[in-house]
Amino acid sequence: MIGESMYQELILEHYKHPQGRGLREPYDAEVHHVNPTCGDEITLRVKVGDAGKILDVSYDGQGCSISQAAASVLHELATGSTVEESLSVVDEFTRLMQGRGQVEADEEVLGDAVAFAGVAKFPARVKCALLSWMAYKDAVVRSAP
Amino acid sequence: MTSTSFDVEKIRKDFPIFSRELPDGRPLVYLDSGNSSQKPELVIETMREHLALHYSNVGRAMHVLGAESTEAYEGARDKIAGFVGAPSRDEVIFTKNASEALNLVAYAFGNPINTDPRFTLGPGDEIVISEMEHHSNIVPWQLLSQRTGATLKWFGVTDDGRLDLSADVITERTKIVSVAHQSNVLGTVNPVAELARRAHEAGALIMLDASQSVPHHPVNVAELGADFVAFTGHKMVGPSGIGVLWGRTELLDAMPPFLGGGEMIEAVWMDHSTYAPVPHKFEAGTPPIVEAIGLGAAVDYLTGIGMDAVEAHERELTAYALEALRDLPSLRIIGPETLEGRGGTVAFTLEGIHPHDVGQILDDQFGVAVRVGHHCARPLHLRFGIPATTRASFYLYNTTGEIDALVRGLHHVQKVFA
Repeated sequence: MIGESMYQELILEHYKHPQGRGLREPYDAEVHHVNPTCGDEITLRVKVGDAGKILDVSYDGQGCSISQAAASVLHELATGSTVEESLSVVDEFTRLMQGRGQVEADEEVLGDAVAFAGVAKFPARVKCALLSWMAYKDAVVRSAP
Repeated sequence: MTSTSFDVEKIRKDFPIFSRELPDGRPLVYLDSGNSSQKPELVIETMREHLALHYSNVGRAMHVLGAESTEAYEGARDKIAGFVGAPSRDEVIFTKNASEALNLVAYAFGNPINTDPRFTLGPGDEIVISEMEHHSNIVPWQLLSQRTGATLKWFGVTDDGRLDLSADVITERTKIVSVAHQSNVLGTVNPVAELARRAHEAGALIMLDASQSVPHHPVNVAELGADFVAFTGHKMVGPSGIGVLWGRTELLDAMPPFLGGGEMIEAVWMDHSTYAPVPHKFEAGTPPIVEAIGLGAAVDYLTGIGMDAVEAHERELTAYALEALRDLPSLRIIGPETLEGRGGTVAFTLEGIHPHDVGQILDDQFGVAVRVGHHCARPLHLRFGIPATTRASFYLYNTTGEIDALVRGLHHVQKVFA
């Protein structure tokens, strides 16, 4: 059924066992984003090292399984990559989410984040998936010296 | 069932929407009437027929259609006045919804063109609301407080979802008290007589947001003891776009107009105007004609069933739901857990599962439509330390079988997130 395709096992796993959750020091930028329609919120920090390497993405927040799992997947994908690489993943993820379920996901780029493909069919939930990813993009921009 | 005369299966046949299925052949289980109710054939057909055969503008057209439209529109006012026991039909003012009715009254206070002492408002004066209000009974009063410098105060809510009447929130400085008759989240029915007594003893006026009570209980505005009552059509099997303000004539007469425009005047000069008597003083511009007529038909429909029977049926459903939901150990009801002083709206949380996930799975897999979120009552949710709840709300067309479907769905939700 439709719902089953949205609540992929991988999403539920990340929701139940979030990776990298909790705000940590040191960080270069901290942002707070909210989704006013449902009250989901996230505080997110990034620490960028030499050559644009993302040393840490830490976060805390509250919300539905989709928003919380998306933050966990983001943490895994971004940490250890570079600013440039991670932003291209954000762009691809955004394209997938805004594609109304008509966009073929690039698994090479997205990795585990392809699990969210089913969410794109539910316009009301797309913002949930994008909340932490938009916060990350914002934080990276703000962290630039 | 409730009585031999109340046949829910027969009632369901009056509502065309219950003959449809959702995609993938799921049955529709509509438990979101607190949000908006479904419409019976009588309302749909009355509106269609008026548009098809009688439509014209009201009050001003000097021809047959104008007369027919005016008669139907004013006839709807008579029906609604009768339905809520208004002492005079002229006390029934059509608005576009309950929010507009609440704003209309809020704008009568602290208005420089109104010198009636009951409506003057300034620094040191008080407006009293409650923590369980819908945003539409909070924001208009916040705005009034900002415009005038008056102090906004509120009754708190107890842990079991009752108005906390232990504090003396209403004082001699209070000018207006505005509270929900029935909470749109908790289902709590507030003690209006006691509140009205306190307000009037303090020399204040009292308004009720009756959006969640008029559709579900026999309500008699004259017996309630309130000064103003607001409710909306779309929650009482009528159309959207039409709401009602009832107010005592002497107060409505003392209030300034809210919106200016056509049909609310007596005479207009370039530099000033005089105004029509109530209710027209408050009905500027072409009103929602067909919507008002549709609401009249809704009132006919509900009267035909009998509001006592509607109330009794919902009470039975609520008792059944409160019992059935106990089957889920991690479910916490936000609001009264007993039938006493409550209506057919049950809000709850499931431990560790966000309401948006609950609502999504109930809808996608079981066709169960509930509302999830803060239900336009964010301060109430903050009071309980939660961001959101899942809310099931019942109406005359719901069945115990639908509550069983809800409980089955909730068990599945728990399994998904176990």
